[in-house]
Amino acid sequence: MIEIKNLTKKFGSTISLDDVSIEFNQNDSIALMGANGAGKTTLIRSILGYYHPDGGSVSVNGLNPIKERQNVLKNISFVPQLPPPIKLSISELIQYIEVSADVKRDSIIEYANEMKLDIKTNMHKSFFKLSGGMKQKLLIAIALAQKSEIIIFDEPTANLDPKARDDFYRLLEGKQKDKVLLFVTHRLEEVESLVNREVYMDMGRVVSDEKI
Amino acid sequence: MKNLRLIAFLDLKESIRAKWFLVYSLVFGGLIALFFIAGVTESQVMGFSGLSRLLLMYIQITIIILPIFILITTVRSISGDRDSHVLEYMLSFPISLKEYYWGKVIGRFITVYLPVIVAMIIAIIYGAFKGADIPWAIFFLYTGLLFALSSAFLGIAFFISSFVKSSEVALGIAFFIWIFLLAFIDIALISLMMQQRFNEELIIGISLMNPMEIFRVAAISLFDPELTVMGPVAFYILDTISQTMFVLLSILYPILVGLLFAFLGFKIFTQKDLV
Repeated sequence: MIEIKNLTKKFGSTISLDDVSIEFNQNDSIALMGANGAGKTTLIRSILGYYHPDGGSVSVNGLNPIKERQNVLKNISFVPQLPPPIKLSISELIQYIEVSADVKRDSIIEYANEMKLDIKTNMHKSFFKLSGGMKQKLLIAIALAQKSEIIIFDEPTANLDPKARDDFYRLLEGKQKDKVLLFVTHRLEEVESLVNREVYMDMGRVVSDEKI
Repeated sequence: MKNLRLIAFLDLKESIRAKWFLVYSLVFGGLIALFFIAGVTESQVMGFSGLSRLLLMYIQITIIILPIFILITTVRSISGDRDSHVLEYMLSFPISLKEYYWGKVIGRFITVYLPVIVAMIIAIIYGAFKGADIPWAIFFLYTGLLFALSSAFLGIAFFISSFVKSSEVALGIAFFIWIFLLAFIDIALISLMMQQRFNEELIIGISLMNPMEIFRVAAISLFDPELTVMGPVAFYILDTISQTMFVLLSILYPILVGLLFAFLGFKIFTQKDLV
């Protein structure tokens, strides 16, 4: 599904990704780990087509995420580490996702309920005015409602309380089939029950890649 | 196309709720109200009276404040979203960069143009209600000129927003451009010509490149070209080019400038790293 070949990305004189080659295939559920600055976020952003590589290539289902971003992103859901301060109301944000990603509003509401988030009463509230946990729950609900083949979670539980974390893991159980789940995390124990592959990065390189 | 409409619509809604939009609308609406309260329409200065005088005063102030308002509110449109990671999330959905960028441009254009034109329409309605003669020629000319000036500065703002990484730098560049263009209006140009012994064609050429100067000259082009308030460059231009030709130029040229800068901004937006 995702094929990364000799990918190099530099920011000025800093090498963020150094000749990285790795593949993520169907039914892979990966914990992507490494210290700060190891290149995890750069790798994710390259998969999402945000960065123009200095060398090498990224392909998702055989497509280039920069040149064919719409077709690539139809199959990807993304949950960022920190919810951004989006000024749209929840209703408007859902409208944006409904139209751009062809996701049903009811499906988002359903997943939000599963995450114990009542969005129906908050529809006209600005997204950025919600609490950190509520924002993160909504982003997770949106990602799951997209029914994508590839789901990327960048520290998805950072803002969640223990109960909400349990809800999140419960929702993900059994969702690995025919998908690629990519968790960027510093705490392996949190996703241990969900992953079947551990990838460690350091200094822009993949230093370990193990199936479990 | 549906995504383009969606982005424009959501940007418009988001902007209308913002505090800057409230201040922006109050400034232009307040100006008109202030002119009426001050009795501008009842007085006569240098041959100008009634609504003509009010609209002329409105447009003279607009020359100064509209560009900076557009620049500072728009220049953070993309760079601000990039700064706050909003862009990273919003672009993780299957939306093309073309639809995202041009949707933002359209939404923001409506936001900045609407209060300026609505303030003028309110002036016309209130003036008519008070029994004043409506200067339709001036009204339509100013509608076109404001459209053109808004286009020019919106395009420039999106151009800056597309390549600047932080919104603070974007604001700094916006201020510099505004001061630079303001300084090259008429009097500063003549001083330069006299000091540096530049020939008049060069000075007129430079002034014609400045959308603010074109706007200023066109705004007074319907009046007597002998008027001293026009300034030497305006007098020279209106003495050399026919009025109709100049009015057309003053509307088409800023629109072209705006489109050119907006297009350059789009090219940079698509060819650079997005976050």
